[in-house]
Amino acid sequence: MSTKEWPLWEVFIRAKQGLNHKHVGSLHAADLQMAIENARDVYTRRMEGVSIWVVESKYVHASEPSEQEALFEPANDKIYRHPTFYNLPEELNHM
Amino acid sequence: MAESKDILIDYVLHLADNSMILGQRNAEWCGHGPVLEQDIALTNITLDLIGEARSLYQYAAELKGGDSTEDSMAFLRDVMQYRNTLLLEQKNTDWAYTITRQFFYDVFHYYLQEALVNSSDERLKEIAKKTIKESTYHLKWSSEWMIRLGDGTEISHLKMQNALNDLWEYSGEFFIPSATEIEMQSQGIGADLNALSVKWKSKVEEILNEATLNIPESSFQQKGGKTGLHSEHMGYILAEMQYLQRAYPGAEW
Amino acid sequence: MEIKLEEIFQEKIDQEIKIEPRDWMPEKYRKTLLRQISQHAHSEIVGMLPEGNWITRAPNLRRKVALLAKVQDEAGHGLYLYSAAETLGMSRDEMLEELHSGKAKYSSIFNYPTLTWADMGAIGWLVDGAAIMNQVPLCRTSYGPYARAMVRVCKEESFHQRQGYEIMLTLSKGTEAQKAMAQDALNRWWWPSIMMFGPNDDNSPNSAQSMKWKIKRFSNDELRQKFVDVTVAQTEILGLTIPDKDLKWNAERGHYDFGTINWDEFFQVVAGNGPCNKQRLKARVDAWENGAWVREAASAYAEKREAKVKNQIEAA
Repeated sequence: MSTKEWPLWEVFIRAKQGLNHKHVGSLHAADLQMAIENARDVYTRRMEGVSIWVVESKYVHASEPSEQEALFEPANDKIYRHPTFYNLPEELNHM
Repeated sequence: MAESKDILIDYVLHLADNSMILGQRNAEWCGHGPVLEQDIALTNITLDLIGEARSLYQYAAELKGGDSTEDSMAFLRDVMQYRNTLLLEQKNTDWAYTITRQFFYDVFHYYLQEALVNSSDERLKEIAKKTIKESTYHLKWSSEWMIRLGDGTEISHLKMQNALNDLWEYSGEFFIPSATEIEMQSQGIGADLNALSVKWKSKVEEILNEATLNIPESSFQQKGGKTGLHSEHMGYILAEMQYLQRAYPGAEW
Repeated sequence: MEIKLEEIFQEKIDQEIKIEPRDWMPEKYRKTLLRQISQHAHSEIVGMLPEGNWITRAPNLRRKVALLAKVQDEAGHGLYLYSAAETLGMSRDEMLEELHSGKAKYSSIFNYPTLTWADMGAIGWLVDGAAIMNQVPLCRTSYGPYARAMVRVCKEESFHQRQGYEIMLTLSKGTEAQKAMAQDALNRWWWPSIMMFGPNDDNSPNSAQSMKWKIKRFSNDELRQKFVDVTVAQTEILGLTIPDKDLKWNAERGHYDFGTINWDEFFQVVAGNGPCNKQRLKARVDAWENGAWVREAASAYAEKREAKVKNQIEAA
């Protein structure tokens, strides 16, 4: 008997209040309720989280690795976006 | 006075044995579950149950005094001294029986904690406050499985209805009060089993209805576990569980 | 084009840049990883069985919950590893099918029986000890999802070996019968444990390529030596004897010398002739087959629910 495999879900956990949900791994579940519970049972056994997001893996869209240069390198020379680009007098202690 | 302490010990052991024996049964699943995620889920429940049993055994051991410990409570009492209900010692059989047994207990266990958080016994109250969080999740988990399997495929529906029919006669013992429970209720320590029974029935009906399962018509209910009259399973459970303590008396592990 | 890509790939590896699932990778890299990660996952799952045996017989409640949590962790580790392998394009069900058909391998150590409670100590101490030795370098392995899974695994494993060693320590300080039990377990688990690092380097054909791709970072023999070196001192504290008359300190090498491993036994067990190969595989296949109706029902229910929600939306 071949059964259809339960879909794959990506799991995101908020470690504590004030932090982002962070991707921690994936798991299989038949439906979204089960996905949240499985995530609780699998990924928070050691008090790793206070909140869970699950997304069925097929709904995650990713950028193309082959476009890595075109997408991300143009940001490299925009150093004026960083505070260290600007020269300020030393006597100015905080800014 | 001594007598009233004995009654309290008997009551605490009843609560402990329930969770211990179900935990022991569930533990047999570890490594054999239908899917990895659910193997882990059931073990989490098992760990909660044994954890609760430990807190209660520790309390019973303190009440008893002498050289009693949580382990002497769990490992050195024989069948007649165990106080769990018959349901909890029934075999795992398959996932349908295991889920049904768990569900019956979870409904009872949850409403019991709801009562015990108001117990006049401070220690039981504290333990119940912790346990109710766990049993809330257990009940959610097993309710969802009842519905999923009852309303899943034809095969799963049939298997669930069979398990339900077979285990039904063990579901009522929770509410047939022992002398201990009557005394504990009158002292404000234990729960009112009549009130619990009403809540249990209504919750079970709600979930079974959603699961498209039928409540068996037979109203006969087995009893005996609370006073030590167990099924034959119990001897095997304890033989396995207590083997090392019995084979090497007094050894430290 | 292919050659150029392979050069870029190797450059990334040499620069310690992790490879991620959608990056280009040589087909052989993908296959090697898939084989290694799925084997690793299978080992965790089959590895639940020899210890799972003793959960219902654990001698006290503290030991019982620790063992349960440990065996449960192994299920979790299997799950993390299957997930990592799935990013390489094979589903978990396909991997399980390979396990169940006997096509895929798992660590041979789990084909030995657990006969006494001391085996829980010996497995935690020696088998998990050897596994950790293997796994810590894998936290830096070149494939991102595998490395991340291993970081999680190693973090969680840290209690496993201590759990086992504590059992051994308690037994070795216990009654004569308990001491004998501990020594017997060491006798039986020692050689299979040091076999866990795999064949000698000159007999390990895939190692060189795996090292170049930084899937592996140390050779089998290096890791085995490291394990023997640290385990000797641990054994002395227990007052037990490692069953190897050739074991002695070699000041020149700065390592312990040890006796010849019985590789015949190793290859026999790998070939399926260990004491428990058949039982272990049967237990896994049974669990899978007995669970089929459960998995199917959950899928069917999920579909029904989805259809119902859709209908409600359309009706509204």
